Amino acid sequence: MKPNYLKNVATLTLDTEKCVGCGKCGEVCPHGVFDFVNDKALITQRDLCMECGACALNCPVNALEVNAGVGCASAIIKGWFTGGAPTCDCSGSECC
Amino acid sequence: MSKDCCCSGELDCSAERGEFRETNIPVVSTTLSARDIFGVLKVRFGIGRMDYKIEPGLYAVGNPDDNSPVLVSANYKLTFDALRKELSSLDCWLLILDTKGVNVWCAAGKGTFGTEELINRIEKTGLSEIVTNRKLILPQLGASGVNFNEVARRSGFSVMFGTVRASDIKQFIADGFKATPEMRTVKFTTRDRFVLTPVELVSAAKNSLFVLGVLFLVNLFAARQFGVYDFIAYAGVVLTGTVLTPLLLPVIPGKAFSWKGWLLGLLWSIFALWRFGWFAQGFGILAAGYLLLLPSVSAYLAMNFTGSSTYTSPSGVLKEMRIALPLIIGSAGVGAILVLIQTLIIGGAI
Repeated sequence: MKPNYLKNVATLTLDTEKCVGCGKCGEVCPHGVFDFVNDKALITQRDLCMECGACALNCPVNALEVNAGVGCASAIIKGWFTGGAPTCDCSGSECC
Repeated sequence: MSKDCCCSGELDCSAERGEFRETNIPVVSTTLSARDIFGVLKVRFGIGRMDYKIEPGLYAVGNPDDNSPVLVSANYKLTFDALRKELSSLDCWLLILDTKGVNVWCAAGKGTFGTEELINRIEKTGLSEIVTNRKLILPQLGASGVNFNEVARRSGFSVMFGTVRASDIKQFIADGFKATPEMRTVKFTTRDRFVLTPVELVSAAKNSLFVLGVLFLVNLFAARQFGVYDFIAYAGVVLTGTVLTPLLLPVIPGKAFSWKGWLLGLLWSIFALWRFGWFAQGFGILAAGYLLLLPSVSAYLAMNFTGSSTYTSPSGVLKEMRIALPLIIGSAGVGAILVLIQTLIIGGAI
């Protein structure tokens, strides 16, 4: 299926000045968010970004930023109750 | 066969045996036994799911030599089995990280399938003395936990992110470690969604035992007893939220999971209320109550499926929840009060 979730929410940003066009972000992205134009990365499918953080973690020049985390409602609720960051703790049988 | 080995790739026991690779590193089969397949079924229904793991360490597939590829994976047995059954006729090494029995993607999100554990496991298994090549193939979905630069800098091994699915790994190796965009893209097919639904259903059913207990107590004081029809109406929305909505996800109009669950839940509720004759005179409060309560249950359950989906971002889920949760809680609260008013005060047959 073609993913179709909420638009204009992803926190992904790319600093084109810093980008060296190594292509790593495109390699690790599981949703084909990036394209490469003139040896630079370009975010062409921002609404497909699920904020997993793989691109930012593997960018050798820190040109990418994203508030990475788990897109899991029960993890977020658990985070509210425990006061911590949402973690997909999956204890019992909840989530992923 | 792999589980019973005392050594699990640790170097110290090789010294005792006087032999190195042959006895030290367990060789794993690429076919699953009946027991493995039964194990898959069990964890899919949430039985022993958090403790379905294998010993981390180095494993051999086929007859690998010092130049054979090294695949890295997680110690969730479901993951391990899904990988090894795709490796028939290959000679390779499997470096299994300690992800506490969690799959690659979720473990990468938590950091257990991560840079530190990978570097640590390379050292512990003495991998650099077993292979002469300095390449590791990681599942692509491990990339959110592993920084390839740091692994290279600290361990000397270069990391290649392979494919999303284990079924593409043979092609990836055959093509000289090249993945097509197709192999790099995560999917969420009907089958992918279907296999995830039993766990959701079992979890919801467990929580429902509490609801049934409360209703049993209410029945002691009720002017109208909760009966089998109430149970069917409720069970219907639980199934709608945990199974039907995930299955029909791409074809239900809209984007938010809770909205999709609410919509299907409303359709089911209208059908059930009509079928059970609760639109008749004298049941108005009950019908209104159930129409508010039941769809909000399936909305909530469907919202929880965001955790199983492969494409929802935390920002998106948070936005959805900020809108949906107050509506769900308000609607369910008012609905429950109306149902209780009819049940405790007004009464009525059926």
